[in-house]
Amino acid sequence: MIESAVPLLALVASLAAVPLILLSGTKPNLREFWTLLAALIKFCLVLTLLPNALQGTTTQITLLELFPGIPFILKADPLGVYFALIASGLWILTSFYSIGYMRGAHEKNQTRYFASFALCLSSTLGIAFAGNLVTFIVFFEMLTLATYPLVIHKETPAALAASRQYLVYTLTAGVCLIAASVITQVTTGSTAFVPGGIYTPLSLPDPALLLVFVLFLVGIGVKSGIMPLHSWLPSAMAAPTPVSALLHAVAVVKSGVFGLVRVVGFIFGSETLAQSHLNILLMILAGFTVLTASLLAFKQENLKKRLAYSTVGHLSYIVLGASLLSPLGFTGSILHISAHATMKITLFFCAGAIYVNLHKENIPDLNGIAKVMPFTMAAFTLAALGLAGVPPLNGFVSKWTLAQGALQADMLVPLFILVISGLLNIGYFFPIIHRAYFKEGEHLEGKKEASAFMVVPLVITALLSVLLGIFPNHFFHFYDLATAIAKTLIPGN
Amino acid sequence: MKVQQLPILIAFTYLAWALLIPLIAALRKNWIYPFTLVGSAISACASIYGFISSFGSEPLRYTFGGWAPPLGVEFIYDSLSSFILMVINTIAFLVLIHSKGVADREFPEKKMPYYALVMLFMLGLNGITLTGDIFTLFVFLEISSLSSYGLMSVGKKFAVYTAFRYLIIGSIGGSLYLLGVFYLYTVTGTLNMADIAAMIPQVATQPGIVTGIILIVAGFGIKAALFPMHGWLPDLYAQANSTSSALVAPIGTKVAAYVLIRLLLLVFGINAVDAVAPISTIIGILASIGIIYGSIYAIRQTQLKRMLAYSSVSQIGYVLLGLSLANPMGFRGAVLHILNHAIMKACLFLVAANLEKQEGHSDLSKFNKSFAKKYPWSMLAFTLAALSMIGLPPLAGFFSKWYLAVGAVEGEQSWYLIVILASSLLNAAYFFRIIERIYIKPADDTPSSQNDVAFSMLLPTLILALGLLVVGLMNTTLLSNLLPFYD
Repeated sequence: MIESAVPLLALVASLAAVPLILLSGTKPNLREFWTLLAALIKFCLVLTLLPNALQGTTTQITLLELFPGIPFILKADPLGVYFALIASGLWILTSFYSIGYMRGAHEKNQTRYFASFALCLSSTLGIAFAGNLVTFIVFFEMLTLATYPLVIHKETPAALAASRQYLVYTLTAGVCLIAASVITQVTTGSTAFVPGGIYTPLSLPDPALLLVFVLFLVGIGVKSGIMPLHSWLPSAMAAPTPVSALLHAVAVVKSGVFGLVRVVGFIFGSETLAQSHLNILLMILAGFTVLTASLLAFKQENLKKRLAYSTVGHLSYIVLGASLLSPLGFTGSILHISAHATMKITLFFCAGAIYVNLHKENIPDLNGIAKVMPFTMAAFTLAALGLAGVPPLNGFVSKWTLAQGALQADMLVPLFILVISGLLNIGYFFPIIHRAYFKEGEHLEGKKEASAFMVVPLVITALLSVLLGIFPNHFFHFYDLATAIAKTLIPGN
Repeated sequence: MKVQQLPILIAFTYLAWALLIPLIAALRKNWIYPFTLVGSAISACASIYGFISSFGSEPLRYTFGGWAPPLGVEFIYDSLSSFILMVINTIAFLVLIHSKGVADREFPEKKMPYYALVMLFMLGLNGITLTGDIFTLFVFLEISSLSSYGLMSVGKKFAVYTAFRYLIIGSIGGSLYLLGVFYLYTVTGTLNMADIAAMIPQVATQPGIVTGIILIVAGFGIKAALFPMHGWLPDLYAQANSTSSALVAPIGTKVAAYVLIRLLLLVFGINAVDAVAPISTIIGILASIGIIYGSIYAIRQTQLKRMLAYSSVSQIGYVLLGLSLANPMGFRGAVLHILNHAIMKACLFLVAANLEKQEGHSDLSKFNKSFAKKYPWSMLAFTLAALSMIGLPPLAGFFSKWYLAVGAVEGEQSWYLIVILASSLLNAAYFFRIIERIYIKPADDTPSSQNDVAFSMLLPTLILALGLLVVGLMNTTLLSNLLPFYD
């Protein structure tokens, strides 16, 4: 355990950028400079936390007492650092991409957009580093609020409806989360995240434990898009594409699944869940979501909506992995957090590039676009293959580990779900690739690739997916981290 | 400055100023406002100082004229009353700073009597908070009530009518309280709170005591606008001038709730009384209904001040809910919510005042994007206060709700948890509707430039909004003194 202000500084880096961005609203270049500067500083700060995390050491800072006995504590434990690395790393790319997208699409209210974006990232880091439930709630609600202006950004009727739906879902969820935390505090006398959990099988009678679990599930599950709590997510596609990319790949929904991993591994603990069979409930929901979302993805004509349903499905891979309660299940689930992040962000970046460049957002209109946007579509294809689990992308690594986790837990049904879902993934991505490469397009004369601001980030994320697939343990040692985290979550390891 | 003299200094300043303001006004009309501010500032600073120095020190009993209690009258200055004094005097000071713009617009000719009444009103509230004697409490209650009838009758067209209705209903409340005092006196033979507290365990089961307590609860229930005795409130706040509503709404009903907390929890000891009549359960149920009722009615309002008034009915429910839980967490929640709600409501009413001054109305259906452009700071304050009302962390509202929720679960009355959280969502429904209008709804007229209110009106609004953040994060420090108070 090391006391250090680095977790706080990493969080403050983007928070401090918010007023700077707001003040430089009239000077776009300066404004974007603040965003990029904050993103870089943030990433470097998180990176300095990595060596300690790899050794299993936690870097933490306690600030003040929120309630008697409940401090405001930021704890960069291995899982937190893992998530923070992904979020802050991809923020840099998203920032570059946003600049290209927002300027290319001539969006209004760009200052509000970049400020909210920075606030989102601060909240996400807060979620990653939250050391107890109350700190977690603070940032979880902050994230809800910071995302609201982004969802409503276009101010069209669709955006308005989406933002209302988003608020209804997330605020109701927030209330459930508070209720669950209050009950946890009263029952266990603690709200701290402890590997292995703070509940014991005897903490509560079974029905009460089920109630708390369901409250947590609703409270956090909304953000992670577990069915039937997912429907805000496709509607939120009304937002600009970088927001969708951030929402779906990095910040919001990943905060949701990250929170579920926290609750499963650090609040209830695998022992308690296994004894009360609550993990089966989670598994059924996640398995159902994986399959249903993949099927629903087929009938989406809008590219972003199809990606949204794909996201819903893939988030539940992560939940499914955690619900296995086996070491490799946790490892796979944690690996899929990063794998899905790099691949899905690539796909959304591509969708955005196509929209800004060709003003196309429906799949039937995508015929032949690979000829004019070769880099974009190559990246798209790679990422889509990765999501289907084709080696050597990082999607394969995580899926393989998840499958091993299922076997380790002696469960075959989750394994089948993974396999079927992989096929479905190919099924709904293939038509897009087919259209782009093999059909003749119309009105494409004179069109070129999108601006470098957009193409470079999406190529980088696609390459990242490949590199992390071939060398899962290089660069950031994601594999070691994930294995180490999983070990702490299973008693007897 | 000696702490021993603080309580009397705080109260006496208001009395002196109430008498001096007419004299000052006779000299120079312009001096009324600054002079009032000086008096209010003295009291506010003294009570903040008093609160800080109450940390770790014994409760102070201030006796008058050398007459020792129970014969004489005494002030009790302990961590609870010093906390409440700090809240009401600071809020009053900020509202008074703000009042200049309102006074110039809404009652330019009545400044002298108005400010004198404000001073009397504050004297009454301070006296109620400080007194250690249930009859003196009635005296101060009447001082504050009578002056508030006057304050509330200055305003829109129907202000006189609503104030008169308040007078009738408020007097009934006062009479019920007085009747309750008679019963208690008949049985115990004393009016001193400490004396009564010592005697209650032996006499708690006597019908006289129970009747007296029920009457007191009913009397202050009216004053605190406990459902279903809240009918006087919404119209009153909506019709009165902006300063009166911003002054009375945050602290008027809160002081009544404080009296209930002090009498029921600390003097009577609610558990002893509950054994005979389920008073705390009744208060809890009424408060819960009030919370939900107030929120639902707030959603239906089309005018900002009326909406805020209904939301007050709901919010006072939180305080009384915490009281009815009668456990340490509930107590903390109730006390903290007195502070939180005072800040939030004051801030929101000040924003309403700013809007009425600039726009001439606070009609919710006319809110649109131009407001965010014209009044960026007022709207920022509004948004912060609204988010705090919803109970989003790290703003203050979250913290009192958390205490109340923990208290509810600890007291094994988990259904209160549902009430508290459901009301958060209802709050979100009516506040986000407005926030969305302010920031998103397109304006129909031509783009307008920034036109926020004068600095003297903006500053208190922003201080209050910022206070929400500070209070939230500092709540354990603020309450640390009160922790051992009720266990």
